[in-house]
Order: sequence, then C-alpha cells, then structure tokens
Amino acid sequence: MAVEAQVPYQEALDVHHPHSWITRYWFSQDHKVIAIQYGITAMGVGLLALVLSGLMRLQLGFPDTFDFIDPEAYYQFITMHGMIMVIYLLTALLLGGFGNYLVPLMCGARDMVFPFVNMISYHVYFASVIILLLSYFVPGGPTGAGWTLYPPQAILPGTPGVDWGILTMLISLAVFIVAFTMGGLNYVTTILQARTRGMTLMRMPLSIWGIFMATVLGLLAFPALFVSAVMMILDKTIGTSFFMPAISSLGEQLDYSGGSPLLFQHLFWFFGHPEVYIVALPAFGIVSDLISTHARKNIFGYRMMVWAIVAIGVLSFIVWAHHMYVSGMHPYFGFFFATTTLIIAVPTAIKVYNWTLTLLRANIHMTVPMLFSIAFVITFVVGGLTGLFLGNVIVDVPLSDTYFVVAHFHMVMGVSPILVIFGAIYHWYPKMTGKMLDDRLGQLHFWITFLGTYAIYYPMHYLGFVGVPRRYFANGEMWIIDESVRLLNQGITIAALIVGVVQILFIWNLIYSYYKGRDSGPNPWKAASLEWQTPETPPRHGNWEARLPTVYRWAYDYSVPGAKDDFIPQSEPRTAAEQN
Amino acid sequence: MIVAIMLFIIVIGSLVFNFLSPWWFTDIASNWGGIDFAVFVTFWICGVAFVLIGLFMVYTTWKYRRREGQTAVYEPENKRLEWILTILTTIGVVGMLAPGLLVWDDYVNVPPQAREVEITGQQWSWSYRLPGEDGVLGTVEATRISVDNPFGMDPDDPYGQDDVLIERDALHLPIDRPVKVLLRSKDVLHDFYVPEFRAKMDAVPGMITYMWFTPTRVGTYEVLCAELCGIGHHTMRGTVVVDTREDYEAWLKEQTTYAQFAARPKGDPVAGQVAYAVCAACHGPAGEGMVAFNAPKLSGQDPWYLRHQILAYKAGLRGVHEADTYGREMAPMVLPLINEAAVENVIAYIGSLPDDPAPATVTGDIEHGADLYNGCTVCHGSDGGGSYGTFAPRVAGMTDWYLVRQLQNFRAGIRGSHRMDNLGKQMGLMSKQLGDDDAINDVVAYINTLSTRMTQTAMHNAIHDRGETDGG
Repeated sequence: MAVEAQVPYQEALDVHHPHSWITRYWFSQDHKVIAIQYGITAMGVGLLALVLSGLMRLQLGFPDTFDFIDPEAYYQFITMHGMIMVIYLLTALLLGGFGNYLVPLMCGARDMVFPFVNMISYHVYFASVIILLLSYFVPGGPTGAGWTLYPPQAILPGTPGVDWGILTMLISLAVFIVAFTMGGLNYVTTILQARTRGMTLMRMPLSIWGIFMATVLGLLAFPALFVSAVMMILDKTIGTSFFMPAISSLGEQLDYSGGSPLLFQHLFWFFGHPEVYIVALPAFGIVSDLISTHARKNIFGYRMMVWAIVAIGVLSFIVWAHHMYVSGMHPYFGFFFATTTLIIAVPTAIKVYNWTLTLLRANIHMTVPMLFSIAFVITFVVGGLTGLFLGNVIVDVPLSDTYFVVAHFHMVMGVSPILVIFGAIYHWYPKMTGKMLDDRLGQLHFWITFLGTYAIYYPMHYLGFVGVPRRYFANGEMWIIDESVRLLNQGITIAALIVGVVQILFIWNLIYSYYKGRDSGPNPWKAASLEWQTPETPPRHGNWEARLPTVYRWAYDYSVPGAKDDFIPQSEPRTAAEQN
Repeated sequence: MIVAIMLFIIVIGSLVFNFLSPWWFTDIASNWGGIDFAVFVTFWICGVAFVLIGLFMVYTTWKYRRREGQTAVYEPENKRLEWILTILTTIGVVGMLAPGLLVWDDYVNVPPQAREVEITGQQWSWSYRLPGEDGVLGTVEATRISVDNPFGMDPDDPYGQDDVLIERDALHLPIDRPVKVLLRSKDVLHDFYVPEFRAKMDAVPGMITYMWFTPTRVGTYEVLCAELCGIGHHTMRGTVVVDTREDYEAWLKEQTTYAQFAARPKGDPVAGQVAYAVCAACHGPAGEGMVAFNAPKLSGQDPWYLRHQILAYKAGLRGVHEADTYGREMAPMVLPLINEAAVENVIAYIGSLPDDPAPATVTGDIEHGADLYNGCTVCHGSDGGGSYGTFAPRVAGMTDWYLVRQLQNFRAGIRGSHRMDNLGKQMGLMSKQLGDDDAINDVVAYINTLSTRMTQTAMHNAIHDRGETDGG
C-alpha cells in the first residue's frame, strides 16, 4: 500500500508530464484526460446507437411506412444498437470513463500505476470503435446477426453482413478486449497497490468497490468472448468447424461438420452474463455514493453492501446458462441455473433495501444527481423483479424470446445504468471542469428521460405476456395480436422518439455549462470522499500536493452527531472524542 | 415533494395499467397450466415487492425531503433489520423457485405414452415428420438433403419407409394425447413457438432437442419462429391444427409416407399433353402465357412450384379471396386434375415446352429496382432463377405483367391471406417493402434485365431440377 507515496512528488510528475498539446490532450498519460477521452468517444458512438434505436422503433411503431428500412437494415440496426450500447458505450464509459477518473482520485493516488499502458488502452479502444464503424463502409454493411452473434446464422447467407460485416464486428470485439485488459489491469492494480495511507479496503467508497469487482469480472469473462470471436473468424475464413455442424443452407450442402452451435452460446454467455454485472456493479457503487452524499446520510449497511458486491460478482459466473433455458442444452442444467440465478436475487435485493433505507431519516437534497439516483432505484426494482421471471426456468419458457425479455434487459441493464451515468455526470462534472451543469436543463432532461423510459419499457412487458416475439422486422397479421398491440407499439415508439430527442438537452448542457456554467468551487455537494478534497479543481496532473492525503475515516461521515458540518472529509483526522 | 408525487403516480399508474391492460397471455391450449401457475405466483410475489418498495420510497422522499433544521440520523448499520430483510427475501425467492422447479421437472420428463413428432426448421419454413405405423422415426442425415430428398432420409433404413412426411404444410395433432416433439434444423437456429401451447424450444443444427406437451383444445394455431434466423425470421410461420381423434385419423390417411414419396409416379408428358389442352386455351399452346387472358407463362417454371400452386388452388388456399378475380377464375380450372398422377403428367408436359423468355412489357427505374431486388435475392436468387431450398419460384424471364399483379396482390393481402397459406403469408410480409406501384414496376423492370442472363444458365438448371425431381 502507498507505494507511490514514497516517490518524491516532483520526480513522479516529471516522468510523464505533458509537454505539448498533443501529449496533453491526445496522447496524455493523465488518468483524468484519458477518462474524458473514453467518455467522449463512448458517448459519441452511443449517440449513433441511440439513433439506430429510433429507426428500429419507427419500423416497429409504423411498419410499411419507411421505404429505407428493409429487413436487412432493421437487423443491422438491432445488432449495432445492442453491441454498441453494451460494449462500446456502457462498459467503456463506466470502466474506461468513470473507472479511470475515480480510481486514482478516490484512492488518493497520483495516477494509475501504469500510465503509459493506460494511454495505450484508450487508443486501442478508439481503434476498436473505428473498426466497428468501418462495418458501414464494407460491402454488404454491418452484420445483422443480433448482438449475440449466434452461429451458424452469423456466418451464413440469409443474414446481412455475412461477407465482411461479421468480420469487422469480431475483429473490433477482439481489439476492444485488448484495450479493456490494459485498462482493467490498471484499475485492479491501482486499487490494490496505490491506495494512500489510511485508505483500507473497508474504507473505500462503494464506487471503487463496484469498479474493482466489475473489472475483475471483465478480466475473467472477456477472454471467453475473445476466444469465441477468434474461433468464429476461423470458421468463417478458413472453414474450421468449431461452431458449425453439417448444414444444408438455402438448399446447398456446406463443407462444415461436427461443430457445436451450443458451444458458442456457452462461451458467449460465460462472458455475457458477467458482462451484465460489469455494467451493473460500477453503477451500483456509484449510485450508493450519490445517494449517500445527496441524502446527507451515511450509506446504510456499508459492510453488507461490500459483501453484496463481492457475492454478486462471484455468483455472476455460475448463472450464465439462464440465457439458454430453451437453447436445447441438457434440460437438467435448468435446475442448477435457476437456483443460482434466484440466489443472486438475495444480495441484489439487499442492495436495493439499503439504498432505500439510506433515504429513511435522511435529509434528502433533491439535486439532479439525487433525482437520477431515485429514478435508478425504482427502474432497477422493476428490471430486477422481472429478472426473477426469466431466471425461474419454467416461467422463462413462455416469455423467452418475447418482448418481455427486451423490456426486462433494457430496464435492468440499459436504462438503470444510464440513469446512474447521467446522475454521475451531473455529480462529478464540477470536479472535471470546475463548473456546475445547468440545473434547470438538468431537471427537464431528468423528468423526460425518467418518465419517458418508464413509459417505453413498463408497457413493453405486456407485449411479452401476449407472446409477441422479439427481433421481428414486422408482425404482419400475427394471429395472437390485434389492433391494440399495434396501438401500443405506436405509443412506445412515440415515447422512445421523445426520450431520444431530449438527450440533445443533455449534450447542450455539457457544452453550454463548460463555457457559461456557474463556478462550482472545489466541493459543491459537500461530499466526504477524497476526490472532492483535491487542492485544485479541476485537479492538476498528479492530483495532489507534495504530500498525498492521509485517510482517517470512511467515505460516509455525513450528519455525524456533534460535528460542526454535516459532512467530514475522509482526510480529516479523527478528533479526540472520536478516538475514544 | 414532486418526486414523491411522481413516484406515487408511477406505482399506482403501473397497478392501474396492469388491471386495465387488455394485454395478457393467450388462452392456453395445452396441458401447461402449471407454467401459467408459476407465472401467476411469480407475478404476485414480484408485484407485492414492487408496490411495497415503491410506496416506501414515496414515504421516504416525502417525509425526509430537505427541510430547514432537519438533520439526517447517523445510522451505519442495523444488523437485525438487515437479517430480517434477508430472510424475508429468501422466503420470497424460495416461494417462486420451488413451484417453478416442480413444473420444470414435469417439463423435462416426457411421459412414456407420448407419441413422437419430428419438427424441422429451415430458412424460412417448418416441416414435420411422423414415425408412421412402426412408431419409429427412420434415420436422417443433413448430408443427404437434396431436392428429391428434402428430409435427408436414409433410403435403406426400414424404419424410415413408413415415416409420414409433411413438407411446409400444416401439422395436425390429436387432442389430449401427449406429443414428444423432436426438433431439428437444417441450417441455423430456429425455435418452434406456438404461444397457446406455452412450450418452446430451439431447433439446433447438428443435434436433436426435445420438448413435450398435450394439446387440450381443438383449433388452428399459428407457429412462430422465436430465434433470430436471418432476414426472413419474421416470415417463418407455420400452422398446427389440433383435431379430434376422428378428424386426426382421417387427416393422417391422406398423408404421404416416405416410401410413397420415393416411389412417386414419374409424370408422363404424353398423357399430360391431353390434360394441358384445357390450360392451353389461356396459358397458350407453348405455355408462353397470354396477357389477354391474364394467364402467366408456365414453361420454364420450377416443377415443384407448379405442383405446389396447383395443389394450393385445389385445396382452396389460393383463388378464394373476393378481390382475386383471376385467381378465382383459375381455381375451378385445376379440378380436372383429379389425382396425383394427373398433376404430375401435366407438370411433365409443361416441362417439355420450350422456355423462351417472355417479352418485357413493364418499364421502370432499373437502378432503383436493382436496389429493391437485393431484398429478394436470398430466396429468389441473384439471377432470379428461384430456389427449391427457400421454395421461391423462378421470376426472371417470366411474364412480367403477371409479376406486377401478383406483387400488388401480395402487398394488398389479396394473395397469401388464407390463414393456412404460410408461404403466401411469407411473400405477403416480404412484399410490404415495395412501398408503392412504382417500386413494384422498378423491381420487375430490373427482373426483366435478368432474363437475358437467365436463358443459358437457368435453362440448364431447370432441366437439371426436373431431372432430379422425376428421378426421385
């Protein structure tokens, strides 16, 4: 611990001090710059995914209306939308963005322990995004195999982008994983090795716990995706049969034999389920800190919250096949995976209770970050509870592959983490820029986003109850549906378009406030955690003064009886009274 | 304060939505009431949890919103409360999991008296195989699949001879008898999904998956594919008819076994010529089609497609829509083809007619048409030659005014609207991409440019196809 504290300050800075515009803003080794690079890139590509979702909703709400949306384009939309949102936006923004920004600051370190690798990590991530976007410029366009990329369909004719799109997708994923690994090793090592004096593990803010556990999951889970991407590239290009059995495709005999499509599904979900928590755990951690700070009350049951994060992380590796209940795997697996999946509900529920119990007898400041946090909790409750339907194997049977699934995962790992991300940006923007984001715009953005997403996804579950299958370009005269389903789809589309357009307010707020925003001062929220105690705002390269801060307490000393303020910074020495 | 009010509206609004919503499960038509029960239990436990947590948040955000002089209580933990909540949650989880696993145990253990049915998915249609009188399904292999052996049957396997083959047609099941469904796929993942049966399972190439259910309600149900299988995924519909025992037996007698299929009489063009005399009046003596009689070109069309359409007319799947004037004229014309031999003979005769490309009469924007035709190539082929694999007829070099009319009919639901006509429904869904009549003209104008390319290669293929079919 505190390795870096022994390196003289000046020496530490000289190693990687920026000398020119390029080294300062582009090839920077400052974790804060890298974080913002990650953030901007992720949000940029996320906007594309948002537009794609709008196009999908246009087709679903108003079929046969838009000539330029044919099945090929539609399936390309869903694939790119899903993959971008899960990997290139959420994973990159929560870990590459917030992970990078918060880990050194909250741990009291000067930077990541491998700043050069950290810089490379971003540029490799950037390359993966470029390769992904290249999909739109290769013959045939991007793959339309769905974000799950299930073979044999992903590499056979009848699926869009079968010639080039699937390859750019797989290569992009492999490159992304290289980037993630470089970043991830940094976060883990920094958290374990570079915490400042006094920052014990059980004094770390929950944001860091969430980011730490998510990174560990990522480092263990992404290799499964990496190998499956490589194996599928080989199946596609040199005709191996890892995932390909003997097949008669569109009336033609193919040369494959002996492979297993289920093998891919196991590999994919061995990555894919932990991936849900790679996104969720940082959000869990961050929202805990937001709620505690803005409710002016310590997070309730901190130790339980830490153990819940660890338990969820460990359990997340033995639940993957709940995505495969009707995949044709041995049905007896259903007993095991349903049990493990429902067990994971217990630590998850504890987290929800503790968030709500933190609000009890608090002094809630309804700031924009707090609004987003409350919205997160209620959204996550819906998404979590519907997960109990799909995790309970027999209940999954009628609901799997219907809109219930779409509604569930958007609630739980789409909207929920995004609400936390918004809250977190409103919360930490002052630290990043020294300016406050505009409150009015923030409130408006919040209400439309929160109520809008609820209006999109809550009713969507009922389409699933009816049995409407997902990933249909058009329903046509499906026997189980009537006019009411078409109306519901139109309503959902209108809500989705409104929510999509309103995000312009957010972007505008980010830009406007940077130039015209109110000065925030070093600690506008009166927060106790270490990043708000930096000598300068925004913190300079190296973060701290000649001496690193020393930590004397946990990050949640809010409204401590007898204290003069309603918060005590972590770096504040314990008083004589406290020591007794 | 507004937060508490909004949360309250969300909780109450969700409840109201739930109780007013017309959207709920379809009426069940199988034995899986247990699934519905497990959903019911899960729904209520989760519903209660949602309301309790939601209302608790309404309370806290109302009561403890920031106020002058208010300070938060310092309370790091409350062991007792945390334990109580953990135990309550565990009880709730067990309450959902236990009945769920009991029903799952039923779901995965097939009763011994269940009859087997094999369901095969392919891009983008469903076919079925029944084990026949010996009760045993014969061996099939993906590598044997061809135009004259669509199921990939092993011709030497004695168990396969009496297997009943139902290709791309409706599956009938007797009521109240358990069925064990064996699922196969020829190409990619599919999922056999009849919402009313609740049961669902993927079909995976290279392996056989299974599920079981007992149909409990007489009726006709739509089969959907529930696993993304390419651009035709949403058009991969099928039909299951649940019959009384008597109706089922009557239906079963009509079906073709593999032995009968393999020994199908070869059409006799000479005998077919006599029957064709009726057709010639409208379709022309050389099957070249006559616009004056609204009769399309027949020569050069794929024999399996001709057979399918003749049978569709005979079965009343086509030529029954009120607005389908010419289809209704055609419908009675197939009646003289009284049996399978007569159908085969006339198809054989049509196959012997010269296949000269029909003259181009439709004009349109060929470039735009080429763009639109991209959506057609997977099934109809980039040369417009058609494909048995996707059961899509030849379109290049055929009468173009007829293509225009059929596309219009498909798009308007005049053709392919019969509930049992799954292939027609498929084309109907695909035709919706052609936004207006101009688009139809454009795509047909483009197809006209294919016909010259067609002549040599496709003539060869057409002869090749015919040879294979007749050889079976």
